[in-house]
Amino acid sequence: MIELKNITKSFGEGASAVKALDDITLKVPSGAIYGVVGASGAGKSTLIRCVNLLERPSSGDVLVNGQNLVKMNDRELRQTRRDIGMIFQHFNLLSSRTVYDNIALPLELAGKSKAEIHEAIEPLLQLTGLDEKRQSYPSQLSGGQKQRVAIARALASKPAVLLCDEATSALDPKTTNAILQLLKDINKQLGITILLITHEMEVVKSICDRVAILHGGRLIEENAVEQFFIQPQTEIAREFVRSALHEKQPAELEADFHKEPREGSRPVVRISFMGHSAVEPLITQAARQFNVDISILQADMETVHGNRMGFLTAELIGDEAATQAATNYLQQHPVQVEVLGYVN
Amino acid sequence: MSTDAWLLLGSALWETVYMVALSGAMSFLFGIPLGVLLYSTREGNILQSPLTNQLLGAVVNAARSVPFIILMVAIIPLTRLLTGTSIGTTAAIVPLTLASIPFVARIAEGALNEVPGGLVEAAESMGATPLQIISRVLLPEALPGLIHGITLTLVTLVSYSAMAGAIGGGGLGDLGIRYGYHRFDGVIMAATVIVLIILVQLIQMAGDHLHRKFDHS
Repeated sequence: MIELKNITKSFGEGASAVKALDDITLKVPSGAIYGVVGASGAGKSTLIRCVNLLERPSSGDVLVNGQNLVKMNDRELRQTRRDIGMIFQHFNLLSSRTVYDNIALPLELAGKSKAEIHEAIEPLLQLTGLDEKRQSYPSQLSGGQKQRVAIARALASKPAVLLCDEATSALDPKTTNAILQLLKDINKQLGITILLITHEMEVVKSICDRVAILHGGRLIEENAVEQFFIQPQTEIAREFVRSALHEKQPAELEADFHKEPREGSRPVVRISFMGHSAVEPLITQAARQFNVDISILQADMETVHGNRMGFLTAELIGDEAATQAATNYLQQHPVQVEVLGYVN
Repeated sequence: MSTDAWLLLGSALWETVYMVALSGAMSFLFGIPLGVLLYSTREGNILQSPLTNQLLGAVVNAARSVPFIILMVAIIPLTRLLTGTSIGTTAAIVPLTLASIPFVARIAEGALNEVPGGLVEAAESMGATPLQIISRVLLPEALPGLIHGITLTLVTLVSYSAMAGAIGGGGLGDLGIRYGYHRFDGVIMAATVIVLIILVQLIQMAGDHLHRKFDHS
């Protein structure tokens, strides 16, 4: 389990100091895949590097499996780092070593014998599908294969935690999916806790259990992934969700869209639901029962965290009381309804 | 060319190889660790210590700014202390070594700078000690660059050793000056130049071969 408590990190001193992280508190439960999302410059890299103290926080505590890394001396810290694997955007493999020897590196550093190293590496070569590449050098591998080597290397010392620093950002979409699948398998098979940072919502959508949004060095939102997609709380989170679901903004769908209701304006709602809720009859029922017309502006089904989820944006046409009643009716069913704004 | 001339050429070649090999080996022995220190004490690197870095840098720069011909004469007391004499092939090894240590140090520093910082970071994330980072990551990764630098140093030493010859160090340079220049013996002069060219060529070829062998990037 990873716990960050009131982490602050400033670069520079005095008036020119820049606060990269501002009072970050977050908890990654054991066995979870936890994603931190943010735009470039939001402080994601600094955040993940604070977890194994590659970057020392200016203040705050970093607890991994209950041990506070900030309070450790160099020796204890090195020992603890063996229990925290890390993979990087640019793989960071040693070009002078073969695949096998790259994976062996952390074990060599820990002073393991050749036999112990061999025993640890064989299953990793199988797990990551690198068996035939064991004698290749990194320069002979594709990006996806390189990241597999890096993953095997990170797992070699059997860590409890894996940190992924933009691990798929240098890969094409197909390779990204394969690597994400591998991370998911590792999480399931080995029960390893994964903290990843990314700017790609696709990553969050496909493998994360929980997600946090980092913006300007602050955590502005945190939720289970399904809930996050159903009901993002902040405008920035909303923007991330839209980009992941390829949803258009209501203003793009309706020219006269506005946030606040006006005289005679009609609500635009976002309806989201899990699984195969019979949403279609529900909508027709609401329309019939409350005498409103429901005009669907966009609709899509997506797989989020392994669940089929539906998202639709619709305009409710009818008098105010009727649209309100229809909204309430829908909300009593296993669908989420959120009023985005109004059109005239 | 007479048999005597061949013998002269042979022993001069041996003296040159002896001077270059020994001063080369010594300068790598001291220069590479110095280069590692220059690299690792720099701000932001694994043993950062700006003061040490500036101090070492200043010493290295000072040593490098003394022309070799002057260095040779200036350190005669030291040479005498170390080898018991200030004349001859063995004595020439002292200034040759001293001149190439800072050269090798800067070359090693440059080769280490070429190693991507991400590799050091990855090793740190695995719990590597600074010494392990140097021995397991930095030096192996910088090896192709170091081989380049070593080749360059040896070639430079061949020409420096010729200068050492001028003050009684022996070797091919000495032969060329004494017979070719002072005695107007064009044949010996030409032979000396040809042997030097072949020697440098061989060093370069060996260096290139090793570079290819160890460069997997």
